[in-house]
Amino acid sequence: MCKNPYDVIIIGAGVVGCACGRELSKYKLNVAVLEKNTDVSEGISKGNSGVVHAGFYVPYGTLKARTNVEGFFAIPKLAAELNFPYKKIGKLVISNDKYGLTELKRLKEAGDKNGCIGLEIITEKQISHIEPKVKAKYALFSKETAIISPYLFTIALVENALKNGVDFFLNHEVIKIWKDKEFFVQTKKDTFHSKWLINAAGLYSDKISCLAGDKNHKIFPCRGEYLVTDKDNEKIINRMIYPIPPKDGASLGVHITPTTDGNILIGPSAEFINNYGLENTKQFLNEMKEDAFKMVPELKRLPIIRTYSGIRPKLIYAKTKKDFRDFVIEESKTVPKLINIIGIESPGLAAAPAIANLVLNIIGNKENLNKNEQFDAYDPKKPDFQSLSVEEKKELIKKNPDFGEIICRCETITKGELLNAINNPLGVKTLDGIKRRCRAGMGRCQGGFCTPRTIKILRKEYGIKEKDILKNENNSNLFFGKIKE
Amino acid sequence: MKYDRFVDLVVIGGGPAGLSTAISAKKNGIDDILLLERELCLGGILNQCIHDGFGLHLFKENLTGPEYAQKQIDELKTLNISYLTDAMVINLTKSKELEFIHRTGHKLIKAKAVILAMGCRERTRFNIQIPGTRPSGIYTAGTAQNLVNLQNIKIGKNILILGSGDIGLIMARRLTLEGMNIAGVYEIMSYTAGLERNIQQCLNDYSIPLFLSSTVTEIFGKGRIEGVNIGKVDKDLKPITHSERFVKCDTLLLSVGLIPENELSKKAGVKITDFTGGAVVDSELQTNIEGIFSCGNVLQIHDLADYASLEAKRAGYFAARYIKSKQKRYNRYKINFCEKIKYASPNYIVENKEAIIVSFRIKKPAKNVVLIVKDRENNILVKKKFIRLLPSELIQIKLEREVKSDIYLEIE
Ligand SMILES: Cc1cc2nc3c(=O)[nH]c(=O)nc-3n(C[C@H](O)[C@H](O)[C@H](O)COP(=O)(O)OP(=O)(O)OC[C@H]3O[C@@H](n4cnc5c(N)ncnc54)[C@H](O)[C@@H]3O)c2cc1C
Ligand SMILES: Cc1cc2nc3c(=O)[nH]c(=O)nc-3n(C[C@H](O)[C@H](O)[C@H](O)COP(=O)(O)OP(=O)(O)OC[C@H]3O[C@@H](n4cnc5c(N)ncnc54)[C@H](O)[C@@H]3O)c2cc1C
Repeated sequence: MCKNPYDVIIIGAGVVGCACGRELSKYKLNVAVLEKNTDVSEGISKGNSGVVHAGFYVPYGTLKARTNVEGFFAIPKLAAELNFPYKKIGKLVISNDKYGLTELKRLKEAGDKNGCIGLEIITEKQISHIEPKVKAKYALFSKETAIISPYLFTIALVENALKNGVDFFLNHEVIKIWKDKEFFVQTKKDTFHSKWLINAAGLYSDKISCLAGDKNHKIFPCRGEYLVTDKDNEKIINRMIYPIPPKDGASLGVHITPTTDGNILIGPSAEFINNYGLENTKQFLNEMKEDAFKMVPELKRLPIIRTYSGIRPKLIYAKTKKDFRDFVIEESKTVPKLINIIGIESPGLAAAPAIANLVLNIIGNKENLNKNEQFDAYDPKKPDFQSLSVEEKKELIKKNPDFGEIICRCETITKGELLNAINNPLGVKTLDGIKRRCRAGMGRCQGGFCTPRTIKILRKEYGIKEKDILKNENNSNLFFGKIKE
Repeated sequence: MKYDRFVDLVVIGGGPAGLSTAISAKKNGIDDILLLERELCLGGILNQCIHDGFGLHLFKENLTGPEYAQKQIDELKTLNISYLTDAMVINLTKSKELEFIHRTGHKLIKAKAVILAMGCRERTRFNIQIPGTRPSGIYTAGTAQNLVNLQNIKIGKNILILGSGDIGLIMARRLTLEGMNIAGVYEIMSYTAGLERNIQQCLNDYSIPLFLSSTVTEIFGKGRIEGVNIGKVDKDLKPITHSERFVKCDTLLLSVGLIPENELSKKAGVKITDFTGGAVVDSELQTNIEGIFSCGNVLQIHDLADYASLEAKRAGYFAARYIKSKQKRYNRYKINFCEKIKYASPNYIVENKEAIIVSFRIKKPAKNVVLIVKDRENNILVKKKFIRLLPSELIQIKLEREVKSDIYLEIE
């Protein structure tokens, strides 16, 4: 259902664009989100650490600090409303020398000033008490730092926004924008127009700003690679373990981050690149393992089951921490009613709800906004078979036998969960889209077992031709058709 | 706990090992057996192995995978052994309680003994951390075998195979027969991982090129894979600088090793050895958890289904004896081995009067060597000459004499 012309068009369905969409759906506004990929959260929002930072890494008085702390408090509430995985597990930033200790103290001070809660400097004895496998003299203990699933967070925002009337257009790459009182936004498939234009295009937000007539921004892509370990069933670590941030200010340093599903992320690296390539490199994969094993030697025991990467949209080619650049979240100085959201690197995930709120205020200052009385803030939890008790499992299978059939052996994902994922409200049918929604294929065999099963269901029960099944983007076809027609 | 059922013996997995072990336990006097298999039909990995070469040892016949499995399934049915397919065991405890699920419900059972026969899974590109992009068109050889043989799917047109494991070799032939081009089989070692007979029958007979001491150093392609860099390695497996060249392909198959699937075993506290990825067992194939036995590919990777079945037959016999006698565990001796041997299984010997079977794999190919098995007093228990020993072959030896101390396997 297309409500062209729109009040607001959002370009980009990453966590930022989707948070904006959901925030605006609380008001009587016609909103559309245009996304070039085959699914939401296919950009930076899928390739990060998934940390809800507490707010001590960012300088006082900046937009980064303000949106981070505000977002930090908003996310648990959103998790309760929308039922995406959120765990407050805490973090240790560790150090072994006096220089490090002063850095830790500096971080704590910055955090306290930013309004960040639950920070404490602890020493060896306390460290080995709470994290026996971590050897360090000093640590900044942040009890409140949390982890989320970044893509499920984004998907949850989308599904709720959809329910509250926002239109999403996937496979719509914006290629041209012009303004004649209102905005005209041309995608590869269609033309849309609207009063307001929100640029939430992540890595490409400088390009979108340019298309819209504001040429004042430039992004420097900075890649971060990761390794994913198998599940840490023995609980080698329970919290995030971070080093003192490196002096170049480009990153927080290679850290060790448990995920909401029990795996551990090792990374990221920081490498300025002159394209948007997401490849993994031998050099960084090896270096990151070394860095991580120095902090927690026992991690060596966990097999690596996956590697990936993400790209930071930096506003400066940073060399030192002094090269700080803040988020850009503003109405363009040259193009009225264009709201630019540019340079949203870390802590962008944590800050997303607060960024959406800022955007709402910018619009609210110029428009009379009326509340959407039908707004429904809640989305029910979808069954997650593995986390149920024996009694609940019995009950669920009795109600729906599809929950008695395993599709993914590594993650114990049932056909019931797979079908829920395939039937997602956005209609995404890519293998990665299905994987992110139900975890089939995310385990140690990386789809070796479930891919044939999922393919069979897509072909037999949904009538999708083998040659049309995509991994993720267009051209990522899995197969060339049938062997014998 | 309220159990849905009590059973004497549960067999987890219905591949050649599971079928064979259940049959053997039944023949050795256990009537109350339940075999659980998560696939829709029995037979395990053999259902997708439509080529021949199975059964030469067990049935003295040359069979295809499904034919081999069918013989065992028929026997299972004749013996009235109860089984359930589409039933996945999701939990196992050390007191031998099992949770499994099936479309008809979730069941909790308590067993006197359990035999693990869950088979293995394949190593992925991420396990060996091949750098580059992460496009579509990269499959493990076994997954490709499933898609091609069971689902009639054309996985690619120009296919490069990394690793010379047997499944990769078999797939090279299979895909060639279906009209696809094989851009080459690349192996990092200076010798092949697959069986000699498969090199001949699957590659040489079809003029498919094999490149040794070569590996994929980077993957290219956005969307679908477009090619890889191939680099040469020296004898320490270190990449040789400037040896890289780009090879075009639209599909990459990986045949780079199998991993015993022991996640369930670990839940029950079964000890796993790093040498094989399988359980630590004694010569009766019993794990460190009393009453839990292990056999087939979940114990150690077998190159032939026949050997998996034969090992499983013994596990069934010992499990039956355990159930009937409930005997306390005997003294155990350790099996040690020299540097040249990659691993030997079992890890311990139970003091008994019966012949003991030890299997081992060599690290590097060797010619004209002698295997010597000694006890602590340097008495020679076995001495056997080999004209050639290959890492791809799992060698089995029989110790006929009673063993009364730790033993040592040596290659000279
Ligand atoms: C390595 C790394 C680690 C990080 N770790 C953390 C962390 O732990 N905690 C945290 O809070 N933050 C973290 N971040 C930051 C966080 O991931 C980002 O700030 C956040 O995901 C940005 O979301 P976004 O919506 O702006 O961008 P994206 O998710 O990239 O969304 C932009 C969307 O716009 C679309 N688009 C682009 N051009 C067009 C066009 N022409 N037409 C249509 N659509 C278009 C893209 O396809 C994309 O989907 C990390 C970032 C990186 C790179
Ligand atoms: C892809 C592949 C191709 C092969 N090709 C050949 C060949 O050409 N020639 C040859 O001689 N050998 C081949 N082999 C080796 C040979 O098939 C094996 O040695 C033999 O199949 C091992 O038997 P198994 O019973 O241990 O394992 P499998 O045959 O793998 O059987 C294990 C069974 O256990 C089931 N299972 C696992 N976990 C559970 C659970 N939790 N609950 C219920 N059921 C479970 C599985 O579904 C499976 O059916 C191949 C192996 C693989 C993996």
